[in-house]
Amino acid sequence: MPVESVFPRLEALLPHVQKPIQYVGGELNSTAKDWDSCDVRWSLMYPDAYEVGLPNQGVMILYEVLNEREGVLAERTYSVWPDLEALMRQHHVPQFTVDAHRPVKEFDAFGVSFSTELGYTNLLTALDLADIPLEAAARTLDDPIVIAGGHAAFNPEPIADFIDAAVIGDGEQAVLEITDVIRAWKAEGRPEGRDGLLLRLAKTGGVYIPKFYGVEYLPDGRIARVVPNVSGVPWRVSKHTVMDLDEWPYPKQPLVPLAETVHERMSVEIFRGCTRGCRFCQAGMITRPVRERSITGIGDMVEAGLKATGFEEVGLLSLSSADHSEITDITKGLADRYEDDKIGLSLPSTRVDAFNIDLADELTRNGRRSGLTFAPEGGSERIRKVINKMVSEEDLIRTVATAYGNGWRQVKLYFMCGLPTETDDDVLEIADMATKVIAKGREVSGKNDIRCTVSIGGFVPKPHTPFQWAPQLSAEETDARLEKLRDKIRGDKRYGRSIGFRYHDGKPGIVEGLLSRGDRRIGAVIRAVYEDGGRFDGWREHFSYDRWMECADAVLPPLGVDVDWYTTRERGYEEVLPWDHLDSGLDKDWLWEDWQDALEETEVDDCRWTPCFDCGVCPAMDTQIQIGPTGKKLLPLMVKNS
Amino acid sequence: MQRIRLRYTKRGRLRFTSHRDFQRAFERALRRAEVPMAYSAGFTPHPKVSYANAAPTGVSSEAEYLEIALTDPRDPERLRALLDESLPSGLDVVEAVEARTPGLADRLQASVWQLRLEGVAPAEVERAVAAFLATDTVEVKRTTKNGLRAFDARSAVMALEVVSGRAEAAQRVGEGEATGAPTDIEQSADRLGRGDCAILRLVVRHLTPAVRPDDVLSGLRATADLAPPVPAEVTRLAQGPLDKETGTVTDPLAPDRDAATAVLTTAVGLTGATVSDGSA
Repeated sequence: MPVESVFPRLEALLPHVQKPIQYVGGELNSTAKDWDSCDVRWSLMYPDAYEVGLPNQGVMILYEVLNEREGVLAERTYSVWPDLEALMRQHHVPQFTVDAHRPVKEFDAFGVSFSTELGYTNLLTALDLADIPLEAAARTLDDPIVIAGGHAAFNPEPIADFIDAAVIGDGEQAVLEITDVIRAWKAEGRPEGRDGLLLRLAKTGGVYIPKFYGVEYLPDGRIARVVPNVSGVPWRVSKHTVMDLDEWPYPKQPLVPLAETVHERMSVEIFRGCTRGCRFCQAGMITRPVRERSITGIGDMVEAGLKATGFEEVGLLSLSSADHSEITDITKGLADRYEDDKIGLSLPSTRVDAFNIDLADELTRNGRRSGLTFAPEGGSERIRKVINKMVSEEDLIRTVATAYGNGWRQVKLYFMCGLPTETDDDVLEIADMATKVIAKGREVSGKNDIRCTVSIGGFVPKPHTPFQWAPQLSAEETDARLEKLRDKIRGDKRYGRSIGFRYHDGKPGIVEGLLSRGDRRIGAVIRAVYEDGGRFDGWREHFSYDRWMECADAVLPPLGVDVDWYTTRERGYEEVLPWDHLDSGLDKDWLWEDWQDALEETEVDDCRWTPCFDCGVCPAMDTQIQIGPTGKKLLPLMVKNS
Repeated sequence: MQRIRLRYTKRGRLRFTSHRDFQRAFERALRRAEVPMAYSAGFTPHPKVSYANAAPTGVSSEAEYLEIALTDPRDPERLRALLDESLPSGLDVVEAVEARTPGLADRLQASVWQLRLEGVAPAEVERAVAAFLATDTVEVKRTTKNGLRAFDARSAVMALEVVSGRAEAAQRVGEGEATGAPTDIEQSADRLGRGDCAILRLVVRHLTPAVRPDDVLSGLRATADLAPPVPAEVTRLAQGPLDKETGTVTDPLAPDRDAATAVLTTAVGLTGATVSDGSA
């Protein structure tokens, strides 16, 4: 039976909402397959507004990988803004996909990608609008399997009540494996109902089904243990790792929206994983090992992608793009190829110590000079040793000198406040660093109108990192420290006016911290916040710290815990962490040793260039580092058709 | 440098495309179609595209115009087909002529609009139109970038008439309900394609501040209490030079086509084909 489009009903609501174009679909390179010719159907959600969700590479990749498969269909859905949500509730229009405007409830699987924990309330909004019960336990065969993915899914416990499954790690192969399980189960007539499917998924070892694990608590509130409550499911669920990026050149046909979105460029992931070993960085820890896409693979993707999209900027994405073993040849090759086409190149994540003059030249060659951003993260040499961000002040000054000398007028520097062992002095040194940057910039450029912007936010300890045991700095202390830094920068007569200062107050970080390192007891807080109207927590104008605290204070104390217990409390070695049964490959003892090294201000090298230091990932996941150089070059393209 | 003028549409669901959205989409379509665009000079060069008088977001159009500058000459019709293929269906490039005369923007003096009003009886609309036309000025208010502004919606209106309608009194919902916003939408969602309907044809001169179809609807509400329960479906049918005597709007690309015919007598077949589906 074909599923009816809700578009006619939606269309009548659109003249009354902001930016209606975001709900109509029809993006270039989008797909709406025939419902009846497919036997496994996915709806994929990025739980934020369309303008943020559409450019998300994860959703775009899975969308294309699934739609390329015969008999499989995938459509996208995003969070609707509160204005449309109210109208949809009033007129009983359900959560819909933008591709064919089909109700999300009609699909077999509902995959939700969480880059951040701040999307949890939006998950509940979408489920409720879709007429899917919020609690997984209340769902029936009429409801899709709700599957969480993305980095936040490495600790899915806070949303364990609301999801049926979680997948950790790379999704490309995982979605196809899940598709096969769903297809077989449906073909056999759905034996043993919903639980029959969930059990099959759990037994693969690569899909976490929260309901098959029981959590026991100690009298003091800590977790005693997490154990399977059915036979045949693994004690620990492993992450997925794609081993040859050149075999997965997605997205091949990137979506080009009509609506304005946050990133409007042709993005190519040039490598996955990072072994720099920054201790605060969850992305770097959970995506190991480093796997490079080859220079020729990158060249082919850029060529096909630009043709398919008409974008005028190429973003070379990764966790630290200048670390690609052939980055100079890649940027030079691309700048050569597209010199006449006014295509700009950008490296969104560039390490201070890996940036150099050649790179600066290639990035500016085609006429565009987007701002340069570096992230020293810590203001003092000491704190940079604690976090293992091995960037010296000399590196930074040399790099900005290169930048200012090559015509950049503005450099942005990112820092964090509230890092473990941090004192006021560590943060105040940021001001000294900024003044040195300006002084050097004025010297090399011979101009006074150069600028440096300091951007700083509160640090949130994350699961699967050496700082997973660390106490988070309270919002009040974070704010006090940031004010001192602001006063110091503003008080500088000679340089202060050349330094911009942007900071995020400490409150949102506390909520993020609660959700990041929370356990299943946090689910009731999320639900209470949602029911009280909490939406779009990543947006300043929608986020309410007070609402979160009120709901947490109502829910948690009877359980013997509170917000501080989850955030500012330091954990011990022996504590069972809520995510210990999710295997990122990292050896917990290695993480602990690295945490101790942090406290002793001992640095650890990058295993790409030094011997292995036994983080545990490669042997546990049967993977290995894949890096060049390949020695190949990007040759000029054939003459274009005219 | 060759300049080409294009007529394009905003149809169906893509009427929700804002002008900024369209600009981005069009410039990407130019890249995909590998059109040899001329670029502006300066630090961040932009392709030379002049947009004229875009229809508001949410309004359909059969007659939007723009002009592009090329470094290498191209056959207008082939370029049109290429661009049309590069744009999503609904944003359709329907005409292309080489610019041989100055001042396309100046020629867009007036627009012909069609307003489809669901849920009101044609007779009621006739009465409101008569009342509107009988006045000299009708002050309406609209929120603009500079806050709420009051201006006259009457003097720009060259023609306003009910061209067709459908009365199905039996299916009507009680008249008294059709006021507050929630009720409005309630009916729009539940009553699509049934009951009363009136279609208006409107000719408006382009003045400053611009009088939009919405403003004329506000004027109908102000003069005659006409309050359709559902937002009107509005389509621009044409825009171009205004013949003040007859009140008709003519094809703004006609002078370019005439000039082309005069110059290229050998290419009559090609240009003639474009003329035939010229003004809408």
